[in-house]
Amino acid sequence: MSAVVLPAPVYSSAELPMTESPRGPVRLRPARWKDVAFEQLTRLFALFVLGILAAILVALVLESRPSLDKFGLAFLWHAEWDPVQERFGALVPIYGTLITSLIAMLIGIPVSFGIALFLTELSPAWLKRPLGTAIELLAAIPSIIYGMWGLFVLAPLFQAYVQPALIESLGALPLVGALFQGPPLGIGMLSAGLILSVMVIPFIAAVMRDVFDLVPALLKESAYGLGATTWEVVWKVVLPYTKVGVIGGIMLGLGRALGETMAVTFVIGNAHQLSKSLMAPGNSIASALANEFTEAVGDLYFSALIELGLILFLITTVVLALAKLLLLRLALREGART
Amino acid sequence: MSAVASPAASAISPSNPLYRSRKRVNVFMLSVSGLALVFGLFWLVWILGTLFYEGGYALTRAALYFEMTPPPGADGGLANAIAGSAVLIAVATLLGTPVGVLTGTYLAEYGKRGWIAPATRFINDVLLSAPSIVIGLFVYSVYVARVKHFSGWAGALALALIVIPVVVRTSDDMLKLVPNSLREAAAALGCPTWKMILSVTYPAARTGIVTGILLAVARISGETAPLLFTALNNQFWSLNLNEPMANLPTVIFQFAMSPYKDWHRLAWGGAALITLTVLALNILARSLFRRKD
Repeated sequence: MSAVVLPAPVYSSAELPMTESPRGPVRLRPARWKDVAFEQLTRLFALFVLGILAAILVALVLESRPSLDKFGLAFLWHAEWDPVQERFGALVPIYGTLITSLIAMLIGIPVSFGIALFLTELSPAWLKRPLGTAIELLAAIPSIIYGMWGLFVLAPLFQAYVQPALIESLGALPLVGALFQGPPLGIGMLSAGLILSVMVIPFIAAVMRDVFDLVPALLKESAYGLGATTWEVVWKVVLPYTKVGVIGGIMLGLGRALGETMAVTFVIGNAHQLSKSLMAPGNSIASALANEFTEAVGDLYFSALIELGLILFLITTVVLALAKLLLLRLALREGART
Repeated sequence: MSAVASPAASAISPSNPLYRSRKRVNVFMLSVSGLALVFGLFWLVWILGTLFYEGGYALTRAALYFEMTPPPGADGGLANAIAGSAVLIAVATLLGTPVGVLTGTYLAEYGKRGWIAPATRFINDVLLSAPSIVIGLFVYSVYVARVKHFSGWAGALALALIVIPVVVRTSDDMLKLVPNSLREAAAALGCPTWKMILSVTYPAARTGIVTGILLAVARISGETAPLLFTALNNQFWSLNLNEPMANLPTVIFQFAMSPYKDWHRLAWGGAALITLTVLALNILARSLFRRKD
């Protein structure tokens, strides 16, 4: 059509979308206008997504004002949680969140490493995909299923067999013994941590597997050529090369574990008490919210709970942002190399 | 052990104790890694096994799908919860998908210059793993606290906020996979950018984008935490989005935490139903995507 208006050539530069300020025929204007409109529309949505994080932060800060004003920073280290006298401190839930996530990491990291090692170095090619998919399906199971299963299946087994054995064997030791004392209840921080570890394994293992695959074959072959065993190649070549990415994956799993709600709520026991023993029931930030929020009466109680949410959001955001930065760094280095 | 052998030869000779211990460490560590894999698969099999053992019977009963959630001690099903969940998921997907796809479009197609695209990508990745309970708190404070009642809309809004990052991420990735030569060919024919995106890159990335939407639906199907303070729960049949709405995850939570045996049975049935749906969606998404490879 435009060929009629324009003399030559057939592909007019005015119609090329990327050219700046084309002084073409008037009939081409509508297309330019639509171009700008479409770009601005998508940009608007991008800005919207960009704003969500800030909006969450602002909303939580505003809603937790009464509690922030009343308790200040002391909220972080006071262990009291008394809705009747309206005295609140976040120490117990923060402690529970950190301890359960720590247990999850202690179990989850080595297992994920083993899985990633198996999938990248040992597995026959035809098994890689089904095995990888099976592990990834662990991440697809909804967290409420983990929680329910933990409450009905894992906790009774824990109570009957695992915890008595732990109390017998480890409970008598000096120092660590304190961690394994008290009545075997089945539910508690240890059970919650174990379930969390199963939930974070697929996330950490997937990242580890992906970064292990990034290692140039040349490096590994050189090590094998020098007579290194598979384990030595993984431990002394692959792992140092992918260190940043592995840490990024671990942080990603940690971010998940810290914020996990339903699985923990079912098995942690929901007791506002600070105890040395890992078998004792405790509370995590997310489970305190899940249990108490809809029943909270009074502004202060309410805002204290929202402040808990704010703390959780800040911690996880920092952890996840660090994870992302580390993974970006590995990707950048990869980009520079190839 | 002859001292005459050159160091290079003895280092890999089976009689060298160092060599043997390195071998042993290797075999040990590799077996441990195999055990780690077995450990992971063991939980998957165990959890799915109990789920279908406990919930399988409930799944086969018609009452599960056609009767309302019962009071303790009575017989019933999960019809209102299933319907509520379906409505919430549908509304959330309809709300979240356009936002996600358009944002992904900006990131992949216009995001080469400026700071907006990298910043959005970064924030989006953080949102992708942000604790869902905080999303529930957020929707509570900006919506539920304002209108002063729990409602289906609030629940759908919370779920939509979880859909968005998933869809943004996948559509960004999938659009970036479209070869640039396609875009250049369209541009060379005089096609304006918006038209090129709508009629060349979108169709080329369609399977990938659909995969992302399926994964997002799978993700929100089991989400419980953001619904606790938003959609809440409803014992009766209601599809009114302005009222509290029954939904499977919250009902499972309530029933499983209760002391009643028949509520537990229904909770297992619901749990098996959700898990089947989620796993089916995941496998469907994977096979869709693989066919494209």
